[in-house]
Amino acid sequence: MSIATPTQNPQSYLAAQERWRPVEIVFWLAALLPFVLFPDYLTLASQIAITGLFALSLDLILGYAGIVSLGHAAFFGIGAYTAGVLTKYGWGEPITGLLISAAVAALAGYLSSLVIARFRHLALIMITLGLGLLLHEIANSAHWLTGGSDGLQGMQVWPLLGMFKFDLYGYTAYTYSLIVLLIVFVMARRLIHSPFGLALRGIRENWTRMPAIGANRQAHIRKIYTIAAAMAGVAGALLAQTVGTVSLEAISFGRSADVLVMLVLGGAGRLYGGIVGAMIFMIARDQFSGIAPQYWYFWIGLLLIAVVMLLPNGVLGGLSALINRWRSRS
Amino acid sequence: MSSIALATRGLVKNFGSLTVARDIEITLPTGVRYALIGPNGAGKTTLINLMTGMLPPDGGQIMLGGEDVTVLKPEERVRRGLARTFQINTLFPGLNALEAVTLAVCERRQIAGTFWSRLSSERDAIEEAYDILKRLRLGDSCYQPTRELPYGRQRLLEIALALASRPKVLLLDEPAAGVPLEESGDIFEAVAELSGDITVLFIEHDMQVVFRFASHIIVMVGGAIFAQGSPQEIAADPRVREVYLGKRHHG
Amino acid sequence: MIAPIAGVLFDGIAYGMLLFLLSVGLSVTLGLMNFVNLAHCAFAMLGGYVTVTLMNSYGWPFFATLPVAFVAAGAASVVLERTLYRRLYRASDLDQVLLTIGIVFVSVAVAAYLYGTTVQPISVPDYLRGSISVLGVNLARYRLFLVLVAAVITVVLIYGVEHTRFGAQVRAAVDNQRMARGLGINVDWTFAVAFALGSGLAGLGGALAIEIVGLDPYFGFTYLIFVLIVVSVGGLGSIGGSLAAAILIGIADITGKYYLPDLGAFLIYLVMVGVLMWRPTGLFGRR
Repeated sequence: MSIATPTQNPQSYLAAQERWRPVEIVFWLAALLPFVLFPDYLTLASQIAITGLFALSLDLILGYAGIVSLGHAAFFGIGAYTAGVLTKYGWGEPITGLLISAAVAALAGYLSSLVIARFRHLALIMITLGLGLLLHEIANSAHWLTGGSDGLQGMQVWPLLGMFKFDLYGYTAYTYSLIVLLIVFVMARRLIHSPFGLALRGIRENWTRMPAIGANRQAHIRKIYTIAAAMAGVAGALLAQTVGTVSLEAISFGRSADVLVMLVLGGAGRLYGGIVGAMIFMIARDQFSGIAPQYWYFWIGLLLIAVVMLLPNGVLGGLSALINRWRSRS
Repeated sequence: MSSIALATRGLVKNFGSLTVARDIEITLPTGVRYALIGPNGAGKTTLINLMTGMLPPDGGQIMLGGEDVTVLKPEERVRRGLARTFQINTLFPGLNALEAVTLAVCERRQIAGTFWSRLSSERDAIEEAYDILKRLRLGDSCYQPTRELPYGRQRLLEIALALASRPKVLLLDEPAAGVPLEESGDIFEAVAELSGDITVLFIEHDMQVVFRFASHIIVMVGGAIFAQGSPQEIAADPRVREVYLGKRHHG
Repeated sequence: MIAPIAGVLFDGIAYGMLLFLLSVGLSVTLGLMNFVNLAHCAFAMLGGYVTVTLMNSYGWPFFATLPVAFVAAGAASVVLERTLYRRLYRASDLDQVLLTIGIVFVSVAVAAYLYGTTVQPISVPDYLRGSISVLGVNLARYRLFLVLVAAVITVVLIYGVEHTRFGAQVRAAVDNQRMARGLGINVDWTFAVAFALGSGLAGLGGALAIEIVGLDPYFGFTYLIFVLIVVSVGGLGSIGGSLAAAILIGIADITGKYYLPDLGAFLIYLVMVGVLMWRPTGLFGRR
C-alpha cells in the first residue's frame, strides 16, 4: 500500500489503489511454473486453483462484507452436482456446463440471501450452518439424482472446446482451472475496486453506520451473497468436470470449515488471501497425506489458535506488516 | 410563516415499564439552529433514534417536510434528507476519510451498488466528497485510516459523513462530546458555517456553547419536553435553572 | 398403536434431556458474554473420557466418576477461559469461531492419540440396565434415570438462578452488563463461575451420554451441532428455553429416526432453520 502525500489528488490516489502491482503479475506468471517444474503435480495444482477460487468467493462475503458463513460449501456442492448431473445425462460440454452451474448456484444463493440478510452474529452463523447441513442431507437422501454416499458416477465430460481431452496427468485440467480462476479473479478484483466494493467494506467496518448514510444494507448483502454463490458454484463445477465424479464431501460441513481455515490462514479481506491459503493448506495436506486425519487436524487446530492469537490478518497480513516495518526503517 | 422541516406529533416510547419518550411534540422550522438540552437520561439520544428510525416508536408520528415518515426505514429517511451524527464515534475504522465520505456520497447518488465500474472513474462523487472534507478542514488527513485520526478530527468526520447525504435536517448528538473545551469551538464553528438551508438540532451540555450557537432551546427532562423557548427565555426560566442549569460539564 | 408412539416419545424426551445437559451451559454463557464458544462439547467429551478412564483403568463405580467428570470439565474450562477466551471477549464473531473450532480440532487429535478412534465401552450398574414396563410401554431404566437426573438438575438450576444471590447476579449480568457493573457486581467473576458450572454440566452430560450415544474422539464435533441447534432454537440465556428446545429436538430426532429413517438428520435441521426464520432470537430469546 502506498503512503499518499497530502497534496495528492484524491482521484489519482484512488486510481493508484486500483492499479495492478508488479508482484501480482509475478504471482500469475508463477502460476505457470507447475507445467515445467512439477508436471507430476498438475492434478494437485488444478485442485489448488479450484479451491483457491472457492476461497476467493468466501472472501467476498466474509473478508469484504463481514458475513461469517459456516455453510458456504452448499453453493460449491450445488455447482458440482449441477455440472455432474448435466454431464451424466447427456450434456458433457464443459464451458456451458460451468455457466449453467453458476446460474443454478446464483439462484440458490439469491434465495438463501433473502433469509441470510436478516440475520447477524450467532443467528447468522447458525442459519448458514443449518442451510448447509440441510442441503447436505438432501444430497445424501436424493440417491436417485446424486448417487448419495456412493457419489455421482458415470460422468462423461466432453473435450474442452471440442479439442482438449481431460488427460490423466491433469494437463488440461490445470490449464482450464487456471484460466477460469484468472477470469473470475479479474472480475472479483474489479468488483472490489468498484463503488459496490467500497460499500461492502463499509458494511464490514460498521454495520450500524451504513443506514445512517442512506445505505440499504440488506440489498447490498443480497447482491454479494448471490455473486459469491455463483463463484462458488463455478468452483464446484470445475471440480466435478476435472475429477469426473462428485462425492458428498463437495457439499459437506468439512468443506465449509476447511475453506474458512484456508481463507483465514491466507488473510481474509485480501484478494490473494484465499488463493495463498489454499496453496499452503493443500500442499501441506498433500505432503502429510500419510498421517491419520485426526493428527492432521491437530496441526490445523493449533494453527487456527495461533493465527487468531498472533496473526490476526493471516499470512499475507503478517507479510505486509513485516514489509511496512522494513520499509519505514530503511 | 416559514415552512416546517421536521415535526413530531405525540411521540411515545417505552422500555418495559420505563417511559423514555412521553408525548413529544417538536416543530423545527426550516433553517433554524435548535439546541436540545437536559440532564443525562432525559431521553435526548432516544429522541434522535426515534426521529431517524433507529428505534420504532410505540406511538405518534414523525413528519419530514410535510411527509409522514414514521414507518420508513432509517436509510429511507436519510434519502429524504434526514441525517444524524452519533455521540459515540460510529465511523468506519479501516476506511480513510476520503473513502468513507465517498461511500456516503455514492449511497446518496444511488451508485453504491455498481460493481462493474471503477471507483476512481466516479469523478463527480470523489470531487464532492473531497470538497466536504476540505470544508471541514479534513483535506490534508483524508488518506489516513480513520482509526489513526486524532479524536477531534474523528468528530469532524462524523459531521462530514452526515453532510455527504445532503441533509435538509441534521441531528447532531453531542458533536463535541469528549473533545477538550478549547477545541469544541472549532466543531461548532463548522456547524455554524453550514448553509442556511440546513435545519440543525444539536444536543449539547455546555451552556456557553448552547447560548452562542442556538436560536432556540428545547429542554427535556424524564422523557418529556420540559420547556422550550429562546435562549433568553430559557435562561430566565426558574424551573429550568432548578433541574438543569445548576450542574454543568458532567458526563 | 399407542404403546410404540409413547415409547418413541419417551426415548425422544430422554434424548432431549441429554441434549439439555450438554447445552444449558453454552446457552447461559452465550447469553452472558456473547462469546461464541464452539468448544463447549469438547468439555463434554473430556467429562466422558474421565468417566471411561476412572471406570475401566481404576475400577471406580459409575456414580463415583460423575462428580469427577463435572469438576474436571469445569476446571479445564476455567484454564482455557483465563488463558485464551478472555482475550477475545471484544473480538469479532469470526475470531471467536476460529479459536474455539481450533480447540475442538486439537481436542479431537488429543483424544484420538490417547484413546484411539474406537467407541469407548463402559458398563453401567446392573440396576440401570434393562427396562421396566409401564402400561404396556417399555421404558429403558437408564433413560428413566437420565430423565430423573436432568429433572433434578433443572430444578436446582432454576432454583439457583431464581432464588440465590449468585443467580440474581447472573440474571442481572445477562440482562444488562453495564448496569450490572454499575451496581457493583463483579461481572468477570460471575462469568468465570457461570462458565465453569456450564462446562461442568457439559462434562456431566458427556459422562451420562456414553451409554446412549457412545464416545469417540469426534464427540466434540458431532454434538456441537445438536447443542448449537438447541441453543439457537431455545434462545440465549434461557434455561427454560433450552429445556423446551432440547426436548423438541430430541423428539424430532428420535421420531425421524424411527419413522422416516431415509431423511437422516434432515428433520432437525428443518426444525432449526424453520424456528430461526420464524423467530431469529429463538423460541424464548429476548434479544
